[in-house]
Amino acid sequence: MPEPKDIILDVRDLKVTFDTPDGPVEAVKGIDLDVRAGETLAVVGESGSGKSQTMMGIMGLLAANGRVTGRAAYRGQDLIGLPIKALNAVRGAKITMIFQEPMSSLDPLYTIGRQICEPIVHHRGGSFRQARTRVLELLELVGIPDPKRRIDSYPHELSGGQRQRVMIAMALANDPDILIADEPTTALDVTIQAQILDLLQSLQTRFGMAVVLITHDLGVVRHVADRVVVMRRGEVVEQGLTTDIFERPQADYTKMLLDAEPRGEKPPVPTSAPILLDGQSVSVDYATGGGLFYKRSGTFRAVDKVSIRLRQGQTIGVVGESGSGKSTLGRALLQLVPASGVIRFDGQDISGFDRKAMRPLRREMQLVFQDPFGSLSPRQTVGEIITEGLYVHEPELSRADRDKRAIEALKEVGLDPQARNRYPHEFSGGQRQRIAIARAMILKPRLVILDEPTSALDRSVQGQVIDLLRSLQDAHGLSYVFISHDLAVIKAMADYVIVMKDGVIVEEGETETLFAAPRQAYTQTLLSAAYTAV
Amino acid sequence: MLSFVFRRLASAVPTLFIVVTISFFLMRFAPGGPFNLERPLSPQTMANLNKAYGLDLPLWQQYLRYLGNVVRGDFGPSYIYRDNTVDQLIGMGLPYSIELGLWALGVALVGGVAAGTFAALRQNSFLDVAIMTLSTVGVTVPNFVVGPVLTLVFAVTLSWLPAGGWGDGSLRYLILPMIALALPQLAVFARLTRGAMIEALHTDHIRTARAYGLPARTVVVTHAMRAAMLPVVSYLAPCAAALLTGSAVIETLFTIPGVGRFFVLGAINRDYTLVMGTVVLIAVFVIVFNLVVDILYGLLDPRVRHE
Repeated sequence: MPEPKDIILDVRDLKVTFDTPDGPVEAVKGIDLDVRAGETLAVVGESGSGKSQTMMGIMGLLAANGRVTGRAAYRGQDLIGLPIKALNAVRGAKITMIFQEPMSSLDPLYTIGRQICEPIVHHRGGSFRQARTRVLELLELVGIPDPKRRIDSYPHELSGGQRQRVMIAMALANDPDILIADEPTTALDVTIQAQILDLLQSLQTRFGMAVVLITHDLGVVRHVADRVVVMRRGEVVEQGLTTDIFERPQADYTKMLLDAEPRGEKPPVPTSAPILLDGQSVSVDYATGGGLFYKRSGTFRAVDKVSIRLRQGQTIGVVGESGSGKSTLGRALLQLVPASGVIRFDGQDISGFDRKAMRPLRREMQLVFQDPFGSLSPRQTVGEIITEGLYVHEPELSRADRDKRAIEALKEVGLDPQARNRYPHEFSGGQRQRIAIARAMILKPRLVILDEPTSALDRSVQGQVIDLLRSLQDAHGLSYVFISHDLAVIKAMADYVIVMKDGVIVEEGETETLFAAPRQAYTQTLLSAAYTAV
Repeated sequence: MLSFVFRRLASAVPTLFIVVTISFFLMRFAPGGPFNLERPLSPQTMANLNKAYGLDLPLWQQYLRYLGNVVRGDFGPSYIYRDNTVDQLIGMGLPYSIELGLWALGVALVGGVAAGTFAALRQNSFLDVAIMTLSTVGVTVPNFVVGPVLTLVFAVTLSWLPAGGWGDGSLRYLILPMIALALPQLAVFARLTRGAMIEALHTDHIRTARAYGLPARTVVVTHAMRAAMLPVVSYLAPCAAALLTGSAVIETLFTIPGVGRFFVLGAINRDYTLVMGTVVLIAVFVIVFNLVVDILYGLLDPRVRHE
């Protein structure tokens, strides 16, 4: 165990309160934690646990209606209630931060070079011109290619991973003692995530700073953290060494979190099972450029000759990073975007079907989206939302019949039937995703395309949705196309996996085989980048 | 960049054509004519006058003739100011309107942006409420009320400033009309700035700037204000065009020999050519300022920079 003198940030009885129209809300309820020199401390929790607000409170970055009390001593100097000038001498020099959204965290109106210069000039003096040499060094250090050219780029000209590298360069500029990383990789693709975490680790070893990693991702924590603080509803549930927390968790909540990592697997369907959906060399082209006065400058092939064969009761997982074409493939299979190639549903060639011809088939082919809030109309009751499809596909039903079906569907997805008189905003993320699933299930479909259905949910809620999808599949013999960037979820849900990159299939095979022995380099990178319990 | 400017100027031609065409026919379909006076003229005189000005020709011929003249920059003779052409009238009045308008624009922009910024930084404070209340008053009270009140207080009662006229063109003569002209625009700029500033102050990159210990002045001026200027700049085009082409009300109240009066006088008297001349003038100003604003926008925001 490190000596207490190693403690560089000592947080005692820290409270964060927000004044709301409904009275004060305590987001952080008097927590204790400490950060030691050179360590990686992970602060873990689900949304609403107060993990980010703790750090915002310490750094004096709360929203205007937020208040912080207690003590947060950085090398003996209490940061809480410190005059702004003294606090500004610490922020950005001794303690620096990087954030989840590398796009919006950088000012879109200034070049990255100028933005990295700012804290250097402010804390160390000198001119922007002098700081420029240091910025070039930093960009080199964080692995930005061709720093001399990139230094004058604007944030929108960089990729997400590069922007996060720029943030890291900014964070390192003044040789900080502590780097607070608030969900630094959540918005990034998994291979980029791995690169950023590796970069952070190597820089940490080199410069000996402490890293406070705020995250919901236990896979990442296990991979990089020395110690872990588990938070829930504004309180610290448990803290200790990473190995202890993972091997011998004490608190029930920690056990539940660890258990919430997607588990289980799906046995392959027999080859005798009938083929439900058969897509042969499906391609989707988008026109690029173009406008009222300009000619179209070309086409972009989002999906390139992908063939997919889905049997009754089967789940095909489609894995890929952003831009791989996986979501477009899902839409193409449902004829929601114009595609070339041949698509057969239940033996019938549906390629080239227009909207009218597709309509009778729609009830059998349903789609569930990632964002359960964005896909539910806020002005309709849950009952209206889930029965809407019945008006189209079973117009003969009476009002009472529809209501009966709504009750059945809600029960089936594990919601109280009373929910049908309420509105989507009254439900949590997980409940809203259940509503979206109920809307699909009420039509008794045979094929459901699930587009990142669990990606916006906390891990513990994710597990419940996965269990629900599995039991629905067993009960009704459903076939799923499960689109996700999350390998752990795919491994638990799918019996067959397709790996996509840049619109083409890189590799495919039965889940067990593919995860055990990936043949393609890209699949190997993808798998090794996912720190989850794979 | 240069090709962008040329493309935009080229697209101004059809816009101007449409403006000229619509206003030409609108004007002609309005009842009455330039020679319908209170005491009717004899039919013979009327016919002579119409013939002299070409008003006896079929409408389409008049239209084509007018169009041809406009292309050559000739807006024709005025019907009420018989000794002058429309070109001469505008040429005489425009410098006054532009000078007054530029002052008003400067006052509105600087005052509005400053007031809006302070209000945003002290959101929901007394200062904020006071500024916003005043700006509501500024937008809602018409300038034909503000003008006389200013004259009454500062010219008639206090005798600090002249009540009207251009005099020797010194600033003393400009202050009252400038304030009356600027006030509603200042109020609009204040409201726009306040809203945009509040939004800008809540963005993630402002949080970053604060997290890196940058002093409040840098955070506000360098990062928040530049972003907040984008909607303000957008409003600059219609505002500048309106202010620089003169205000009929203000110029009449303060007896300033600008071009603002011509539009109303021309319309009332069915002075076809004078109305058309001022319409084209305003349209050209709007087009030019829109172009200026687009270029400014590109300078402020690299994401919309033109190739």
